[in-house]
Amino acid sequence: MRPEWKDFVGGKWENEVNVRDFIQRNYHLYEGDDSFLAAPTQNTKDLWAQVLDLQKQEREAGGVLDMDTKVISTITSHGPGYLDKSKETIVGFQTDKPFKRSLQPYGGIRMAEKACSDNGYEVDPEISEFFSTHRKTHNAGCFDAYNQEMRACRSSHIITGLPDAYGRGRIIGDYRRVALYGIDYLIEDKQAQKDSTGRVMTDDVIRLREELSEQMVALKLMKEMAASYGCDISKPATNVQEAIQATYFGYLCAVKEQNGAAMSLGRTSTFLDCYAERDLANGTFTEEQIQEFVDHFIMKLRLIKFARTPEYNQIFAGDPVWVTESLGGVGVDGRPLVSKMSFRYLHTLTNLGPSPEPNLTVLWSTRLPENWKKYCAKMSIQTSSIQYENDDLMRVTHGDDYGIACCVSSMVIGKEMQFFGARANLAKCLLYALNGGVDEVTKKQVGPKYRPVEGDVLDYDDVYAKFMDMMEWQADVYVNTLNIIHYMHDKYCYERAEMALHDRDVKRYFATGVAGLSIVADSLSAIKYAKVEPIRDEDGVIVDFKTTGEFPKYGNDDDRVDLIAQEIVHKFMTAIRRHHTYRNGVPTTSILTITSNVTYGKATGNTPDGRKKGQPFAPGANPMHGRDTHGAVASLSSVSKLPFKDAQDGISNTFTIIPGALGKEDQVFAGDIELDLNK
Amino acid sequence: MQGRIHSLESFGTVDGPGVRFVVFVQGCPMRCAYCHNPDTWEMNGGTLMEPEYIIEQYERNVSFYKGGGITVTGGEPLMQVDFLIDLFTLAKKKGIHTCIDSSGIAYKPDGNPEWLAKLDKLMTLTDLVMLDIKHIDPEKHKELTSQPNEGILAFAAYLNEKNVDMWIRHVIVPGLTDDDEYLYKLGYFIGQFKNLKALDALPYHTMGENKYQKLGMEYKLKGVPAMEKKQLLEKKEVILEGIRKRRAEQQ
Repeated sequence: MRPEWKDFVGGKWENEVNVRDFIQRNYHLYEGDDSFLAAPTQNTKDLWAQVLDLQKQEREAGGVLDMDTKVISTITSHGPGYLDKSKETIVGFQTDKPFKRSLQPYGGIRMAEKACSDNGYEVDPEISEFFSTHRKTHNAGCFDAYNQEMRACRSSHIITGLPDAYGRGRIIGDYRRVALYGIDYLIEDKQAQKDSTGRVMTDDVIRLREELSEQMVALKLMKEMAASYGCDISKPATNVQEAIQATYFGYLCAVKEQNGAAMSLGRTSTFLDCYAERDLANGTFTEEQIQEFVDHFIMKLRLIKFARTPEYNQIFAGDPVWVTESLGGVGVDGRPLVSKMSFRYLHTLTNLGPSPEPNLTVLWSTRLPENWKKYCAKMSIQTSSIQYENDDLMRVTHGDDYGIACCVSSMVIGKEMQFFGARANLAKCLLYALNGGVDEVTKKQVGPKYRPVEGDVLDYDDVYAKFMDMMEWQADVYVNTLNIIHYMHDKYCYERAEMALHDRDVKRYFATGVAGLSIVADSLSAIKYAKVEPIRDEDGVIVDFKTTGEFPKYGNDDDRVDLIAQEIVHKFMTAIRRHHTYRNGVPTTSILTITSNVTYGKATGNTPDGRKKGQPFAPGANPMHGRDTHGAVASLSSVSKLPFKDAQDGISNTFTIIPGALGKEDQVFAGDIELDLNK
Repeated sequence: MQGRIHSLESFGTVDGPGVRFVVFVQGCPMRCAYCHNPDTWEMNGGTLMEPEYIIEQYERNVSFYKGGGITVTGGEPLMQVDFLIDLFTLAKKKGIHTCIDSSGIAYKPDGNPEWLAKLDKLMTLTDLVMLDIKHIDPEKHKELTSQPNEGILAFAAYLNEKNVDMWIRHVIVPGLTDDDEYLYKLGYFIGQFKNLKALDALPYHTMGENKYQKLGMEYKLKGVPAMEKKQLLEKKEVILEGIRKRRAEQQ
């Protein structure tokens, strides 16, 4: 065994890249409570005060403190940057100083230019010239291949948020590999992969060989970048500080080269705990020191920043990075994957204060240790900063070493990736079905010129059949557009750093998504159970509706409408599955517009459910605001009827409740009298 | 037998242990000044529902109610004993935890023997009674609720005798039910019961006031401020002192 691995339990992981095997053999399940956790050190407090000051300056400067306009960001483009070198135990920034946003033109030069100009900066003209004349971008590639229909769908927003001008993101490198194996071994492994490709030079083999070469270059650069900070990551990490640092460097390389829609971290905590437990046992570090490393690591993750345009920030309601880290969950052998490190990660919310980033996501199972559940609940109440996902559901598909990209997309770390595909606006599709492909806002013929609905009252069977036809068309143009996007992204903006930390043969999910599900369900329910009269304008286009009578609404555990929602998801997915997908991606869909529901609403006309033009959609799979009137369980129950097998990329439900409605406070409720008296 | 139901709530977190399915029955003889559900007073309103329907609604979402169960509140549940027997008989067959949130007003120790026999039967089907004692003093009780409290206090003793777990609820209203002397007395009274499992001191809030306006009714506590948490904890401590004193004496 290598000296760096001393005291670890050996196994398959010693002879092949297999982080899961390492974790399973070496992690320590922690079932205790949060009393062991350490307070922030003085250095942590000083550094965080410095960050708060910089944040204030950034706000005062209008949202951006500094931008690079000259140096194209690569893994090694910038020298080391620090907050205060003497106090940082975990180092590394995207550029040569904190709060300075990097220049990433490969996704699209115009987007990069606009991100600068909107914030008062200007990209060096030489760079603009280079990327317009000599080096094509992902964005330019897409528009070279798009057909007219795709462009029309894009501008009318029936397909929307497409990653054709910005990085698609959603790919999680297995950053833990850098810590466990060191770069030299990973390069050797990649070389062996390249030597083992097929000998017949088909398109696929040629592309794979080129990509593997790119990946090896990225690995070499990672080593160089780490060396500029005085760190050697060529060999495996020898203690928890080095392991955290190496893991972070892996992630840092990804965000230096990709300004993706979601740049998630993976599932690192229990992996790193193996090192922490070894160091505690050997007396290498104290609990206080280990918490300091974690605090500094999380602090760095909070400072990941990208250059983005105001329009982008509008879609995503702010400036999110989606540094999602998945915590907890249960192993396939039944042992919960909760370690002390899981607690330490959440504890940063106490030591540094609440924060939306990194997006700490608890993989929830009924079989998690009681103390961990309690601690999660406590931290949720105190900070409102924790996301929860159903591990019992996802473990069936992904096993026990998957992570969440963005907010709900699950993938096995280092073995699966996804092509992010934004979403199809189903509410608009329903309106197209009524109007024979004419856009209700622009009055342009965008969809196929099918026969529009006739008569003064909408007939359910007629509308439903027309909607199915229109959805078939929508799925067709949607998948084909995505095929172009991912082809071009691979070609002009390839994620070499992230893919270097994947296996050779990855499973690719071809992600799609839908928006406006609850609107469509309620609209169809209104047509079926109430009386809906279409109102046509002078051009004969249906622009409004008069709805008379009551109808069941999604969100009340009422099968009459919930089953409509369920069926729409199934039909949509069936339509998607019928198509060829780029690189044989496995098609999935998500119902998860968490923030962009507002923008989609703006682009969509009046709908039969009573929603007015411009009003926001409900987020994700949520019922429309105020229509769920039977309490939270009934509302959640409607959502839970949506079939995961048809929406495997995730179903999200945004749930807000005042703490008082969630149960009694300990102090107010005396609890068991007997116990109280024995004090 | 059908129940006269005001409404069903699928996500009750403050009416008994765990997440609960809460049945609000229609009809109550009490007229508590601070009642936040005056719309449940009327005896003849509400919707008639079969016990089977309610159990079906519960079972649809049974996975949400682990550690919870069904709570019947109101209104005054004990005005509909026949319905409760049918509902809880079904519930117990399915192993559902059953809870009644009651003011105890329906109970008279020397009342109709037939009714009392039914109550005996209901108690064999009930896992927990949350008894809301509005005031320990008979006169003050009458002022506050328009009803005497003798039967209510006797109901606590009855539950103790039947060995049904009991939580005592007490709403603390500034100026009305926050007198330390009476709170101590309340504690001293309930401290004698072995079936007492918890004390739920509820802070008075003003969220019910809107409903009175909508119903065109006069709100008697207009201007009374909500109970502050800090003060509530002090008041709760007074009740606990009474309980401890009584328990110490009995040992």
